[in-house]
Amino acid sequence: MKGASVTIAGVGKSFGKVAAVRDVSLDVRAGEFLSLLGPSGSGKTTLLMMIAGFEMPDGGTIRIGARDVTQVPPNKRDVGMVFQKYALFPHMTVADNIAFPLKMRKVARAEIARRAAEALALVRLDGYGARMPAQLSGGQQQRVAVARALVFEPPVLLMDEPLGALDKKLREQMQIEIKRIQEQLGVTVVYVTHDQEEAMTMSDRVAAMNEGGLAQIGTPGDLYLRPNSAFVADFIGKMNFVEAEYLGSDDAHAVVRLGERTTLHTPRGLNGSAALLAAGAPVRLAVRPERLRLAARGAGGDGAIPGTVEEAIFVGSFRVFLVGLDGRAGEPVHVQSPADTAQAAFAKGDPIDLVLDGAAVHLFPGG
Amino acid sequence: MAVVLETAQPRRAPLARLFGSASGRQYSPALSLLLVTPLIILLVFGFFYPVGRMLFNSLFDPGFTLDNYIRIFTEPLYLRVLWRTFEVAFYVTVSALLVGYPVAYAMARLKTRWALVVAACVLIPLWTSVLVRSYAWIILLQRHGILNDLLIGLGVTSEPLRMIYTEGAVYLAMTHVLLPFMILPLFSVLKTIPDELPRAALNLGAGPVTVFVKVIVPLSLPGVFAGTLLTFILALGFYITPALVGGPQILMMATLIGQQATMLLDWPFAGALATVLLILTLLLAFAFRRVLAFSKGFQGGH
Repeated sequence: MKGASVTIAGVGKSFGKVAAVRDVSLDVRAGEFLSLLGPSGSGKTTLLMMIAGFEMPDGGTIRIGARDVTQVPPNKRDVGMVFQKYALFPHMTVADNIAFPLKMRKVARAEIARRAAEALALVRLDGYGARMPAQLSGGQQQRVAVARALVFEPPVLLMDEPLGALDKKLREQMQIEIKRIQEQLGVTVVYVTHDQEEAMTMSDRVAAMNEGGLAQIGTPGDLYLRPNSAFVADFIGKMNFVEAEYLGSDDAHAVVRLGERTTLHTPRGLNGSAALLAAGAPVRLAVRPERLRLAARGAGGDGAIPGTVEEAIFVGSFRVFLVGLDGRAGEPVHVQSPADTAQAAFAKGDPIDLVLDGAAVHLFPGG
Repeated sequence: MAVVLETAQPRRAPLARLFGSASGRQYSPALSLLLVTPLIILLVFGFFYPVGRMLFNSLFDPGFTLDNYIRIFTEPLYLRVLWRTFEVAFYVTVSALLVGYPVAYAMARLKTRWALVVAACVLIPLWTSVLVRSYAWIILLQRHGILNDLLIGLGVTSEPLRMIYTEGAVYLAMTHVLLPFMILPLFSVLKTIPDELPRAALNLGAGPVTVFVKVIVPLSLPGVFAGTLLTFILALGFYITPALVGGPQILMMATLIGQQATMLLDWPFAGALATVLLILTLLLAFAFRRVLAFSKGFQGGH
């Protein structure tokens, strides 16, 4: 089985006055594992339902491979789908569940038995064919759902938060399992999740969605290291935001003022909306906790901001410091540092300098 | 102080044990009994005693006799009424199932205010008196009723059609009156079928008809059995509607029993007829329970 590409062009969908998906264009490459990632209400599930054919888009086209399926009913689309709550037929055995799509396609009886057994083996449930779904655990039911969605060899597999109902350990195990199956079969996967960690570990590319629109699409590394909006920066991984004032920029750097005595040169100019800002405009600086450093008060150098350690948490492989910035209200800044460095010595209540590496700072329009 | 406490405690204990509860979540046996006592009294004096009395009268006159029962099973008229009763109940149940299933399905699947409209159409008749609904059918079907006036007015027919006091009228009116008892159990089961199941079946390549036959119908069987049994049993003992819209020609068991008891004052024979109907109804209910037990497997997984 070889995967097919999925081409979504200018697709939108409204429910009453609420726009669930607005003008999304997206190319999923053949054989790719692509996650639709976003908070609830971001339109990711609606988009998936439109690919499956359960919702009709108000406008735009959806292609699977070269075939325009925009107006094709769901039972003729030939895409596999794994539902959030497995959706196994409770009145059929596991084997009958898996045989269902083959029977619908009028596959010969002997062939059905062979392929159903193969599919069970693929999800490592050999010998479970005679059981009823209710006799299986949640993880096993999900495996059956995956086997049923793949047994008719669809070129595309859609998954709607398939691991949401499982506990953390089982979820991690299933992530690896799904990835293994996808790579073994070469099927294209479109995977909906609100769990950014899940999206990062499993996907070739991630499409971050927000308020019905596509916020950013790229590899997990792209989204983590080069977020193009404050939304993506905030949604993916832990991110600190600090309000600052924009002073101006030259060819390579933007200059921002953080306080009376602190100015910072960031190397990238403005991220996100490339709107030119006037000098004095408010901006938001975004920095990952692992890109921040603590120094003793007065030892931080030019780019440092004075602060106080509010909490020091030992996590194991690293420490997390919550730092309150002097003269600023709002959420404390998270600083993550290896457990064995000199910084580990700082304790609750210590006055410190927070050192920002200009190269690690993302700049977004504020206000 | 210590003495008072010591004597007070054991004195309270038996009462507390009787009416208190071990877990706080359950009533004690004594309290449970107290709560169901009014119902038991009502059942004993209002149901078991009169039914038992009728049964007794049908068998002792004053010495033991089976005459009343022999009469039922030897006189063709009574056997015919019994057969007709089951026949009517059967057809009414089948038509209620055929008409009710789509309605229940629509109620369960419709998301918008239409679901409310459908539910109102089912429930408002249920809350209306059976007598009123039966008279409504008379007004519709009688010789110079609404339907006949309409048909004549449209020129479909020149003579009024005979609709009231026919078997068809009985089927129609009884199906209508009993429809909610078919729809509600069906609805409650259909409602529990998650949207994802028909969607999954569609996604796997089943057309809408196949989805219905292979997924919806098997999963709704417990509701089909419950609604069918309820409707059939109610139809067996139906009195007012067949008496009103069927007239004297369409004699059913309930009407026959009523005639024997109130017009001919033959209480022993009425008792025998009632007993036969009761036993057949109970047999039927048990047979259905068996079938229902077979279908239990379908309910797993939810």
